[in-house]
Amino acid sequence: MKRFSKFLLSAALVTTMATSFAAVQAATPPDTLVQAWQSDDIISLDPAEIFEFSSSEIAGNTYERLINYDPKDVSKIYGEVAESWTVSPDGKTFTFKIRQGKKFASGNPITAEDVVFSLQRAIILDKSPAFILGQFGFTKDNAKDKIKQTGPFELTMELDKAYAPTFVLYCLTSTVASVVDKKLAMQNEKDGDMGYNWLKTKYAGSGPYVIRDWKANEVLVLERNPNYDKKTPLARVIYRHIKETATQRLLLEKGDVDIARNLNPEELNALAKNPDIKIQNGPKGTVYYLGLNQKNPNLAKPEVREALKWLVDYSAIADTIMKNQGEVHQAFLPKGFLGAINDTPYKLDVAKAKDLLAKAGLKDGFSVTMDTRSTPQITGIAQAMQSTFAQAGVKLEIIPGDSKQTLTKYRARQHDIYIGNWGADYQDPNTNADTFAANDDNSDNAKAKPLAWRNSWDPGPLTAKTRAAVMERDPEKRAQMYKELQEAVLKDGPFVTFLQQVEVMALRKNVDGVVIGPSFDMNSVAQAKKN
Amino acid sequence: MNASGGRHALRSSLNGIARFVLVLATTLLGLVAITFFIGRVVPIDPVLAIVGDRAPPQVYERARQELGLDRPLIEQFAIYVKKAATGDFGNSVLTTNPVMSDIANVFPATLELATLGVLIGIFIGVPLGVLAAVRRGSLIDQFVRVLGLAGYSIPIFWLGLMGLLLFYAKLGWVAGPGRIDVTYSYLYTPVTNIVLLDTAMQGQWDAFWDAVSHIILPACLLGYFSLAYISRMTRSFMLNELAQEYVIAARVKGLSEFRVIWRHALRNAAVPLVTVIALSYANLLEGSVLTETVFAWPGLGQYITNSLQNADMNAVLGGTLVIGAVFVLLNLVSDLLYRLLDPRTR
Repeated sequence: MKRFSKFLLSAALVTTMATSFAAVQAATPPDTLVQAWQSDDIISLDPAEIFEFSSSEIAGNTYERLINYDPKDVSKIYGEVAESWTVSPDGKTFTFKIRQGKKFASGNPITAEDVVFSLQRAIILDKSPAFILGQFGFTKDNAKDKIKQTGPFELTMELDKAYAPTFVLYCLTSTVASVVDKKLAMQNEKDGDMGYNWLKTKYAGSGPYVIRDWKANEVLVLERNPNYDKKTPLARVIYRHIKETATQRLLLEKGDVDIARNLNPEELNALAKNPDIKIQNGPKGTVYYLGLNQKNPNLAKPEVREALKWLVDYSAIADTIMKNQGEVHQAFLPKGFLGAINDTPYKLDVAKAKDLLAKAGLKDGFSVTMDTRSTPQITGIAQAMQSTFAQAGVKLEIIPGDSKQTLTKYRARQHDIYIGNWGADYQDPNTNADTFAANDDNSDNAKAKPLAWRNSWDPGPLTAKTRAAVMERDPEKRAQMYKELQEAVLKDGPFVTFLQQVEVMALRKNVDGVVIGPSFDMNSVAQAKKN
Repeated sequence: MNASGGRHALRSSLNGIARFVLVLATTLLGLVAITFFIGRVVPIDPVLAIVGDRAPPQVYERARQELGLDRPLIEQFAIYVKKAATGDFGNSVLTTNPVMSDIANVFPATLELATLGVLIGIFIGVPLGVLAAVRRGSLIDQFVRVLGLAGYSIPIFWLGLMGLLLFYAKLGWVAGPGRIDVTYSYLYTPVTNIVLLDTAMQGQWDAFWDAVSHIILPACLLGYFSLAYISRMTRSFMLNELAQEYVIAARVKGLSEFRVIWRHALRNAAVPLVTVIALSYANLLEGSVLTETVFAWPGLGQYITNSLQNADMNAVLGGTLVIGAVFVLLNLVSDLLYRLLDPRTR
C-alpha cells in the first residue's frame, strides 16, 4: 500500500513540474507565425510537380515566377522576375527581359539561364502540372529549341500557334513556371533527374521565405529569405499539420497557434464571440457542382437536367451549411475570371421542376444515387439536396464514401450523380472551359477525362468554341465567347453548379497582413506581421 | 540439473527459437498476402494519390506503370515479397520517403505514448484490481467497477477533447496537442525519435519537460483505457486465487495479510495477467488512431489510416508488417515471462 501511495505521490509531482512549466509557454514567439492546417496533401515541394492546394501555397510564398498577377485585381499582370515582355506581331514569340541584380536565397544571381532552365525542366520532367506549359506546343523533345536564352537577361518562347496573349501570360503565373536556381538544382542532380529527387523535399528559390524543414504530416517551417527584395516582417512561418478541427480551435484560442485554417461553420460561429480572434475570408477559384452522368437515361433527358437545377435551395446551403465558406454561384467560371457570369438565374422552384419532370414523362419522379464524400460539409449539402429533390418526387439515395474512392468511381463514369468541387488550375478561363464545356472524345476508352467526359456528355459545338476561345486575341471578344459558353452549359449542361468556395481562416487579433488570394498559390504571408 | 536435463533444455530452447522464427515468418507472410490482396481490391485508384486528379493521360499512365499496376496481381505480389525479403519495402506515395524510414519516424512516437500508457495502466490498474478483489463488494470495488465500465464505454476521442478542453484550454496544466512545442523542436537532434529519450540524453531539459507536458495527457488517457481492462482482469484473477487452498494455508501459517495478498496470491494471478497486459500493450502499439488524431500525434495509427485512405499500399503494408511483428514479439515476451513466473511451464 505504501509503495502505491509513493508512486501516486511521485506521479503527482511529475505532473505538477510539467504543468507549471507548460503554463509559462502560452503565446507563440513574436517573430514567428504558427498556423494549424490540414496539410497532408503535400506530396512534393518541387515546383515542377506541385499541384496540390497546400504545396501550391508553400510555393507561392517561397518561389518567384516570371510574371504574376495582383490578387486584388486579377486582370493586372505584372513582371516578377521579368522586367518587361513583348509579343511578336505574329503572336507566336514572347520575349522576356529579366530584372537585373536579383538573387536566389542561395546567393546565386538570377539570370535568364535560370528561367529558361526552369521552364524547360518543368516540361521535360512532365509531372502533373506540366500540361499548363505544354498547351503551347512544348514537348520534351522541342523544349530546348523553343525556349531559348538570347542574352544574359533575355529569353524567348516560341509557341506553336498564336494563342490569346492573356491565356499565355496567365499560364505563366502558375507555380509550374516558378524560377528554380539552376546551379543549386544541378549540384544535386542524380542520373539526369535535373535535381528532381532532391528538390522534392528541398528548396532552390528566390521568394520571400525559404523552406527550412518539412516533416510530412507533421510540420513545415519557412524562414525569412535574407536575399529577397522586400524583407518579410516575420522571421519564421510554421505550418503545423493538425487534422482535427476541434484541436485547431483549442490551439488557436489558447494562443499556441496564430491562425487556424480548417475550422467548420459551427466552430467559426463560436469563435466570433472571442475578442482575441478575428475571421478573415476571400473567394477562391473553386466551384461546387453536381455532375449528372448522361449514361443514366433519366439524367440524359434535358428536362430532368433543368429540373434538378430548380431543385437546389442555393441560398439556404450558402447561408447555413456553408456559411462563411461558400457563396451562391452557378456558372462554371468562378467570379474574378475573364468573362465570368455572376448572375444566378436558378433558385428553388419546386412547381417549375415538377412541370419539367412531367414533360420528361417522369410525373411521379424517379430514384437516383449520389456518390458523396463523407466530409461534414459535403454530407450536409447532399442531405439538403435530398430533401429538396424529394419535394418533386426525386428520390435521392446518398452513397457515402472516402474522397479517393468516390473520385475513382467518378473517373470511371460509374456514378449517377457526383457531388464535387473543381478548382481552377491556372488563372485563365480556359482552365474551366476546357473541362466543363469541351470533350474531344466521349468514348469509354478516351484518354483525356475532362468533367464533360466523366459525365458522358458530348457538348457538341461547344468543344470547337472552347478551342476557338483560346486563340481569340481580342480580350473583349474572348470574354464574350466565355460568356456564351457558360450560358450554354448553364442552360443545358449536365452540371448543377451551386457555390463558389470562400476560404476562411480564424486569426489571433494581433496578426495582420495575411492575404487570402483567389488561388492557393496566391495566399501570402510575405507581409504578415504580429502586433 | 544432470547432463541429460541440460541437453534437453538446450534442445527445447533451440526448438523454441526455431518455432518462433517459423511462427514469425508465416504470420508475416500471411499478413502481407491478406493486406496486399485487400489493398488491390479496394475501390480506390492508387495512381490518384501520386499524380492527382488533373494529370494528363500520359502522366497518369506512366505513374501506373511505375507502380507496376499494369501487371497481373500475382506477379505484383511476387515482386513485392521478393523486394521486401531484401529489406526494400518501397516508397510511400504520400510522403515520398522509403516506407521504413517513415515508420522509423512514426513508430517511436507511438511506442513512447503506448509504453507510458501501459505503464500507467499497470501501476494503477493492478493495485486497484487487487484492492477490489480483496475488499469485494466494498466501496472501492464499486469504484473500480464504475471506472472500468466508463473506460469501456466512453468514446476515446470525446474524452480526449474534453481532457484537452479542461487541462489544456481551461486550467493550463498541460501543453496542447503535438509532441513538443515548435520552439523546442529544433533544440535537439532526433536519434531514437523518442522525444523524451532524445532530449534527456542530450541534456536539453527544457525541451524534455516540454515533451513531458505534451505527452502526459494522451498517455493518461491511453493509460486509463488499459487500466480499465487491466483492473477488471486483475480483480477476477485475484478472486480466483484468493479462493484457493494455498491462500488459506498461508493465512493459517500466520503470514501477514500483506504477504498473503501481494506475495502469494498476486504472484499466481500474475501468470494470466501477463497475457492481458501484453495484449493491451499490443493494442496501444497498434496505434490509437483517434487519440493520435485528437492530439495531433504523428504516430503509426495515423500514418496507416491516412495511407489506407489514399490507397498508399506500400505504406499500409509496411505498417501492417510492423504491427504483426510487434504482436508476435509481445507474444514471445509473454511466453518467456510465463516460464519465469510459472515453474510448471519450464
